[in-house]
Amino acid sequence: MTDLTIRNDEQVIFALRSLYEKYGYSQYKMTKFEEYDLYVRNKDFLISDNIITFNDTNGKLMALKPDVTLSIIKSNKNNSAPVRKVYYNENVYRVSKGSNSFREIMQVGLECLGDIDNYNISEVLSLAAESLRSISDECILSVSNIDFISNILDAEDVSSDIKSAVFKFIGEKNLHELSVLLKEAEISEENAEKLCVLATLHGSPDRVMPKLRELFPDCAEVDKFESILNSISDELNDIIEIDFSITGDSKYYNGIAFKGYISGISGSVLSGGQYDRLMRKMKQSDKAIGFAIYMDMLESLNEKFNDYDVDTVLLYSDSDDIAKLNKVLRELADKCASILAIKEIPQKLRYRVLMKFDGEEAKLCE
Amino acid sequence: MSNMINVALPKGRLGEKVYDMFEKAGFECPSIKEKNRKLIFENAEKGVRYFWVKPSDVAIYVERGAADIGVAGKDILLEYEPDVYELVDLNIGKCRMAVAAPKEFRDNPQKTLKVATKFSNIAQTYYNSIGRDIDMIHLNGSIEIAPILGLSDVIVDIVETGSTLKENNLEVKENIVPISARLIANKTSFRFKSEKIEFIAREIAAQTEADK
Repeated sequence: MTDLTIRNDEQVIFALRSLYEKYGYSQYKMTKFEEYDLYVRNKDFLISDNIITFNDTNGKLMALKPDVTLSIIKSNKNNSAPVRKVYYNENVYRVSKGSNSFREIMQVGLECLGDIDNYNISEVLSLAAESLRSISDECILSVSNIDFISNILDAEDVSSDIKSAVFKFIGEKNLHELSVLLKEAEISEENAEKLCVLATLHGSPDRVMPKLRELFPDCAEVDKFESILNSISDELNDIIEIDFSITGDSKYYNGIAFKGYISGISGSVLSGGQYDRLMRKMKQSDKAIGFAIYMDMLESLNEKFNDYDVDTVLLYSDSDDIAKLNKVLRELADKCASILAIKEIPQKLRYRVLMKFDGEEAKLCE
Repeated sequence: MSNMINVALPKGRLGEKVYDMFEKAGFECPSIKEKNRKLIFENAEKGVRYFWVKPSDVAIYVERGAADIGVAGKDILLEYEPDVYELVDLNIGKCRMAVAAPKEFRDNPQKTLKVATKFSNIAQTYYNSIGRDIDMIHLNGSIEIAPILGLSDVIVDIVETGSTLKENNLEVKENIVPISARLIANKTSFRFKSEKIEFIAREIAAQTEADK
């Protein structure tokens, strides 16, 4: 099969599946439906809270799955193995931003659940970086640790509304409103200063780590963060940056959070992190980390195939001998990317080469 | 990705002021001041391309990556909640979002409040926060006449000097949020063109500080 016949996003899915299998992740397959209850209990965890629901034959309210992670957690049996590693490529159904209609979106991702240690975190980060690389060379994986922010806010004992507002402003790199909020919430000057620095801190680990050490001297969390980032191989390290504007809902997420960006594609194509708090909410004692890649955002990668609908058009007539036509067609098919045998050229068809079958052989027309 | 920075400017007086700030920051594009109907202007040497768009569309251009950065009012950012970075408060185009009503209006809490506005999301968020049940009437302009004609009890709208309200016998009853122009950036562009975007943000922030 030539590259031309596989769309770019399909090639990416193929490459990602082989990558995850190579590192011992097994495929998780699920049905299209789940009980609505699963999603409604964790509504804030979902990207969009619009869900397609319907009644099953027994009257149970069901939903077309808007997410895969919740199903994987549900199927997880605590401590069944030290660490469970799964990957998936599944369609999910949700309202896409900017439109008010539901879309079927292909999502590829992986989850690692169990007794997660620093190696597991490093492995998932490396696989996220490698996934981005397999999509495009011009990519960046922005990594943060939301515990640095959560720990400061917990020490200040602020309300959950203030907490969400702080995360929101840091997520927007909105320093002007963050400073006003911190003052109004009577956060200590020292901690307010730390949060404001974190909101703007971003760049390569080499550049950011010394500043982070200055901010949190003798902090074991910083040591752990640095050792995880340092453990990522050199060839992937150059696409990794630290950016504390990568946050998540602190009701569900903790520790490492990351997002992947590709030059030319607006918004993050990959999103992931540790979600031990979601596991606790779902009565699981295991820890967990994972990420998802939104394949619908990669559609623009297919644009280069749009020059022609078909490479070669071969015209024939009713009087032609079909055995001869078939033989010529097959010979031509081996030499070109695609060929369409037809009696009349359809309007608006874009082709590169036009040929005509004269009863014996194909002649070039234009 | 090309190294050119695409800047969406809001058409109108505010946009002209904003362009002056970019020019001061070293990103001049003299052709923009020529009187014609062109909407796109480029200075290849400085690596900058400006385009004029409807003020309420700036956030969409930036969110979708057609522009790397742009300047939008906080009202638009609160209304559409685009997924962008909000880097600098420019401290220009200052006004406020407020609830206004006829002078004699008294809110009857036993009745659903009829609210006319262009900013449905901001109004809904505000009334949710105070637990008031409302009937939202979305209008696209001339909001001030809604209470006069009995279409609504109150309006939620931008108030600059208050003179339009006064002329229509309305007054501000509650201030919701202060509004000003903000420098916003696309999240992907911020990463791939971070040096240039951060330079512009720093220069513009310095100008707004100096103006304070």
